[in-house]
Amino acid sequence: MKLTLQVWRQASAKAKGGFEKYALEGLDENMSVPEMLDFLNEKLIKEGKDPVAFESDCREGICGQCGIAINGHVQSPEKRATTCQTHLRSFRDGDEIHLEPFRAAAFPIKKDLCIDRTALDRIISKGGFIGVNTGQAPEANSILIGHETAEAAFDAAACIGCGACVAVCKNASAALFTGAKISHLSMLPQGKLESKTRVQQMVAQMDEEGFGSCTFTGACEKVCPQGISVAHIVTMNREFWKS
Amino acid sequence: MIATKIPNGPIQEKWTQYKATSKLINPANRRKYKVIVVGTGLAGSSCAASLSELGFQVDVFTFHESPRRAHSVAAQGGINAAKDYKNDGDSIWRMFYDTVKGGDFRSREANVYRMAECSLALIDQAVAQGVPFAREYSGYLSNRSFGGVQVSRTFYARGQTGQQLLQGAYQALIRQSAVGNVSLHTRYEMMDLVVVENKAKGIVARNLDTGEISIQEADAVVLATGGYGKIYYLSTLAMNCNASAIWRAHKRGAHFAAPSWTQFHPTSLPQMGDYQSKLTLMSESLRNDGRIWVPKKEHDPRAPKDIPEEERDYYLERKYPSYGNLAPRDISSRAAKEQIDSNHGVGPMKNAVYLDFKDAIARDGKAAIEKRYGNLFDMYKKITGMNAYEQPMLISPAAHFSMGGLWVDYELMSNVQGLFVLGEANFADHGANRLGANSLLQACVDGYFISTHTIMNYLAGETPNVKIDQAIVSNLKKETENRLAKLLAIKGNKTAEEFHKELGILLYTKCGLIREKPILLEAKSQILALQKSFYKDLLVPEGQQINFELEKAARVEDYLELALLIVEDALQREESCGAHFRKEYQTTEGEAKRNDEEYQYVSVWESIEKNVFKLHKEQLEFEYIKVSERSYK
Repeated sequence: MKLTLQVWRQASAKAKGGFEKYALEGLDENMSVPEMLDFLNEKLIKEGKDPVAFESDCREGICGQCGIAINGHVQSPEKRATTCQTHLRSFRDGDEIHLEPFRAAAFPIKKDLCIDRTALDRIISKGGFIGVNTGQAPEANSILIGHETAEAAFDAAACIGCGACVAVCKNASAALFTGAKISHLSMLPQGKLESKTRVQQMVAQMDEEGFGSCTFTGACEKVCPQGISVAHIVTMNREFWKS
Repeated sequence: MIATKIPNGPIQEKWTQYKATSKLINPANRRKYKVIVVGTGLAGSSCAASLSELGFQVDVFTFHESPRRAHSVAAQGGINAAKDYKNDGDSIWRMFYDTVKGGDFRSREANVYRMAECSLALIDQAVAQGVPFAREYSGYLSNRSFGGVQVSRTFYARGQTGQQLLQGAYQALIRQSAVGNVSLHTRYEMMDLVVVENKAKGIVARNLDTGEISIQEADAVVLATGGYGKIYYLSTLAMNCNASAIWRAHKRGAHFAAPSWTQFHPTSLPQMGDYQSKLTLMSESLRNDGRIWVPKKEHDPRAPKDIPEEERDYYLERKYPSYGNLAPRDISSRAAKEQIDSNHGVGPMKNAVYLDFKDAIARDGKAAIEKRYGNLFDMYKKITGMNAYEQPMLISPAAHFSMGGLWVDYELMSNVQGLFVLGEANFADHGANRLGANSLLQACVDGYFISTHTIMNYLAGETPNVKIDQAIVSNLKKETENRLAKLLAIKGNKTAEEFHKELGILLYTKCGLIREKPILLEAKSQILALQKSFYKDLLVPEGQQINFELEKAARVEDYLELALLIVEDALQREESCGAHFRKEYQTTEGEAKRNDEEYQYVSVWESIEKNVFKLHKEQLEFEYIKVSERSYK
């Protein structure tokens, strides 16, 4: 299989970036996109050129690390897939493919396809947890949680922190990411107590980091690899007004 | 010379006794002590958060961009606990017994008992953190069965249990970084351990974004840096999993235990081509409903649906009628390998066996199966493009978990004082084979419940905040700088990736699921040759700032040394046990044949100089469990 890549190259955070073209031959349609980049890098290194910096770890769609935009599709042209779960069989032989980092003011580019998403950790640090210390927990079955509630909490908690929701949003809003965590915790009896301060502080931090406002376009839900629903944004808003 | 520090008294009371008599530090004085934690998976995050809650200062280091990306995130199936919520006869004792037997009687009784004992509180802790475990309609916690046991003691959150537990630990860690005493250093790699007078006093860390190398000082160091199965190149591990932190500690004096005990997971997806960078695991929980089979006929070219029932060999059900498809991992993996090697393999590369849900779907309906395993089936489809509701899955054994690791005593402390090793990075609880859903458990109890007490006990005897001699600091810094400069200066023609791949194939074929002396000897000389070539032919692109190739090269350099020790370890153990199967030592039925008289010990290796190791032995004593032939028939 043959593909022509247009890859975003940017030497450092401050440098000016641009697309560079690479023609690749001998690809296999079962390769994942990061495996294709491995293939490209091996070639570049042998030619004495600087390989493309990209981050990828678990390669099974759960660590949230590898996300890039492929032909403008955040994470993947496939539905509910991460970049590492995107295989070359998604493209046609001879296609030209653009690869670029997620774009958002709160996700500065570090080099080539690598971005800094620590803003998401800082949002979590403002209350995205239940304040229980080790040793304080009561017997597990003393907290009853209905099957449906547990399943709904899981749906929200499934977020992998990849930032695709931010990257696809025209406002670069982190509402889906933040909403999912707020919703996950406020849904559970053990997380209710801290709901008020949690939502106020996390929303404030979202603004502080330079994420935009949510205008409810629903684009985030469409690209979320875990299929997290925009209903969690509604929950966040409701929790916010309640507080 | 091997002091395990196992407390006296009956096994049921050892841990209680330990906690009751261990030394404490006044809450006001705890903030004077600093602990470095390397790694932010379940073990590292939970330990760091818990220490900070107690009032200690904690510096956390991870090479990840965020602590949440650590590979604990990928564990699917579940976590064991002896809650006996099913009323099916489970107890701490039974879990202890299952785990010791599962490990083929090569683990330390006292440690295993403690893990089973702490499992109860761990589930409570995780639920309190908001981990959304599966629930019955009545609101009670649900359980399922895993391999190697006959009770249902596995708690789970769909197929993403590791992710959910890690979220809990990550959130506890992040909470402490905001309100407590944790200072978080992301994108830092530990390059070396600082040892002063046989005490761990800090690490040499490299900022992976800037390339800057610094000495980080502390009163104790915790390594929670995971396993090294990635040494086999194709494995179920994440791309960046590596052995470097524990290997560098080993080279500074920490003993390495049972390096050759690597678990091959039976339900991984098979390799599909040469370009492949990793293998994806499918949760063992699938074996609750899937039936494993191969065609009876060799080289059978037919599609699975065209092979009639009587021409299928459900070999696990045939060989192990009482455990069937839920036989332990080492046995299931080896059985699959035997089928593949004897020309019964299926799939495009004939390197797989079938895992078939046809009967389960006919019995319970597609909806029920979808509910149980929907996300796993989706994942299977994403990766392979195949629909497992309509045709059996293709599965194959793949390198997965390191039972071996740095040697630790009962306090999870290495022979280097003040160096604690937690989770998969240590050798402790799993013997020669780990049971499914015990790794999340071990990582959690090590971090939340055990290390917190043992670290405090150690620190109580130490003067806090002793500054390291500046001459030592600058020397250590220089050593790491020189080491990296040397790798960059080779300028050969082969990438680190190529060396890693070559090493992986070599180890998989010669020191993998099945081992034998002449082949191991061959492997040894080939690894030495590969190491030689590494220092002559390595090619690393220039640059200190964000240079993933340089990171990789340093890790592969360490892998090449560890590989030698793995082979050395496999050679010295002239018996079969658990995941270590020596072809020369098998029963007439082809099962692992232990030699308890001579090999009832854990190998404990000391680093003498590069590529030279000295063997010590920790004799295992079984006071409570009768050592027997491990049978799952």
